[in-house]
Amino acid sequence: MSKPVYERISAPTWRGRRSQESMLFASIDRMLRNPQGVIAISGLLALVGLAIGAGVIAQYSPTSQSYPGAARFLAPSLDHPFGTDELRRDLFSRTLFGLRSSLMISISAVSFGATIGISAGFVAGYAGSWTERIMMRVVDSLLAFPGLLAAMAILTILGPGTRNVGIAIAFFNIPAFCRLSRAQMLSEKNKDYVFASHALGAGPIRIIFGHIARNALPPLLTQVSLAMNGAVLLSASLSFLGLGDRPPTPSLGGLLNSSKSNLRDAWWYAAFPGATLAFLLLCLNFMADAVNEAVDPFAGRRS
Amino acid sequence: MLLLSSICVFLVLRLVPGDPADALAGQDATPERVAEVRVQLGLDRPVPEQYVAWLGDLVHGDMGKSTRNGLPVSQLLKLSMPSTLELAFVAYMIALSIGIPLGVMAGANPRSFWDWVLSGYTLVTIGIPSFLSGILLLWLFGVILGWFPISGRVAFSADPLSSLRHLALPALALGAGLAAVLARYTRTAVAEVMGHDYIRTAKAKGLSQRVVVIRHALRNSLIPIVTIAALQAGGVMAGAVVIEQVFTRPGMGRLVVEAIQNRDYLVVQSALIVLVSIFVMVNLVADIAYGFLDPRVRRR
Repeated sequence: MSKPVYERISAPTWRGRRSQESMLFASIDRMLRNPQGVIAISGLLALVGLAIGAGVIAQYSPTSQSYPGAARFLAPSLDHPFGTDELRRDLFSRTLFGLRSSLMISISAVSFGATIGISAGFVAGYAGSWTERIMMRVVDSLLAFPGLLAAMAILTILGPGTRNVGIAIAFFNIPAFCRLSRAQMLSEKNKDYVFASHALGAGPIRIIFGHIARNALPPLLTQVSLAMNGAVLLSASLSFLGLGDRPPTPSLGGLLNSSKSNLRDAWWYAAFPGATLAFLLLCLNFMADAVNEAVDPFAGRRS
Repeated sequence: MLLLSSICVFLVLRLVPGDPADALAGQDATPERVAEVRVQLGLDRPVPEQYVAWLGDLVHGDMGKSTRNGLPVSQLLKLSMPSTLELAFVAYMIALSIGIPLGVMAGANPRSFWDWVLSGYTLVTIGIPSFLSGILLLWLFGVILGWFPISGRVAFSADPLSSLRHLALPALALGAGLAAVLARYTRTAVAEVMGHDYIRTAKAKGLSQRVVVIRHALRNSLIPIVTIAALQAGGVMAGAVVIEQVFTRPGMGRLVVEAIQNRDYLVVQSALIVLVSIFVMVNLVADIAYGFLDPRVRRR
């Protein structure tokens, strides 16, 4: 006996649906098969864990200079895994809290910049005509600036400080997201499903954010991980220049800056915060590569 | 383009909330005092008018005076620019002379020894920002080995050898990171061209690999390489500003950082305009270079 007709028809449809719905899972699966992705994910999880648990993991306060056994430039030991600095503070604790502030600035700045950039890019791409032309002109001239210089210009007026560094980084992230999301919009907006939902009477906001945004997402995810990398680097550079956190609040860049004048006495002062920063950047970079390969499996194989 | 970016620098500095007059007058200044300072700086006038006045002065070489110590900004820049420019120039040369050959070697021979060198090199450099590698070099060659001076700058005209010794470490720190990026783009560009038919023809004619790569492949992959190299000029400028702080060189970096801390916005504005115009000019040269590299561009 052959199967009823409806089963024979519904089987392929069901499979098609499933493969579409599991695109997200397929991407995650591809990332976990990629050694770079595994290193990146586990490394980042460890670093984020350390940053969140900084208050519990670190034995000493990052700013305390007087506790039993406090001394200047103690070499790394079990008690002080990263040693102590010129003011007798525990460098392990300072590094963890520096990592925390670095991650917090970067995450909030990138999400803020990405939200504004992507919405602006979608609107520009969808609206077309003069709206698009004006917006893209502005974005192009913003993109012409090297990020660090643009951030410096913003900090001049806002004044140095953590919050303002975040604002500067967010601002500097807008143009790249805007360009990319506009390009995505242009390639999506003339597809049939957009016409179909238009015909069903959906408004522009619903079409943009309900339908197109979902399909335009993958390349933007790669940009998010790239932007995180840039944001960590930029915030470290700015705090290295002394434009970020005010002392005694620790930051990775600030630690490296003050380690510079103590290189003769304490190699560990520069080594551990530096290694932490380098590891964070490496993980974020691997992450960007892995995400890129996961959402676009053909990207890596072309060359 | 230059005009557009000058407008941008100006607007960014004006539109961001915060009032330079407030900062200058001091924390417990009376509102009258703040208003007075504002009139002095010309901040009470409409923004377009301020811009035109500033631009007019800029064209005449007058960049106003530092609000902090009253010195003319042009003089401050004249003192600090040579240090930054020589650092940027040497670092740029290092980046080009490491990045392009390495990229060409790796691109022409995928999965060869040089390709592995490039992969290893990029792996090391992507995690290490230039100021970190600067500290590393400072520690290794300055403190432990004592081969190079750890801070300061000597003018090239005063003592060329000592000047270069002071430049070596910062330029290497800055150039090494940029070289990795450049090498990766060069590799991709060359590798793509190497797959074309005319390369196979050249090889079939019996030309040596060397001639094929240098005369045939490199020439056609130069356009993307030049584009990236020109864009990196901005990175060099920004990087030099940071690296100067690592090696305590008296340059624009220190000038700008101090100016930001004191909200001396005229100094920052002028310094940024100078850096951005150099960047724009390098990119203009690159645009002109396209015409020479690829005659097809000229016809358009």
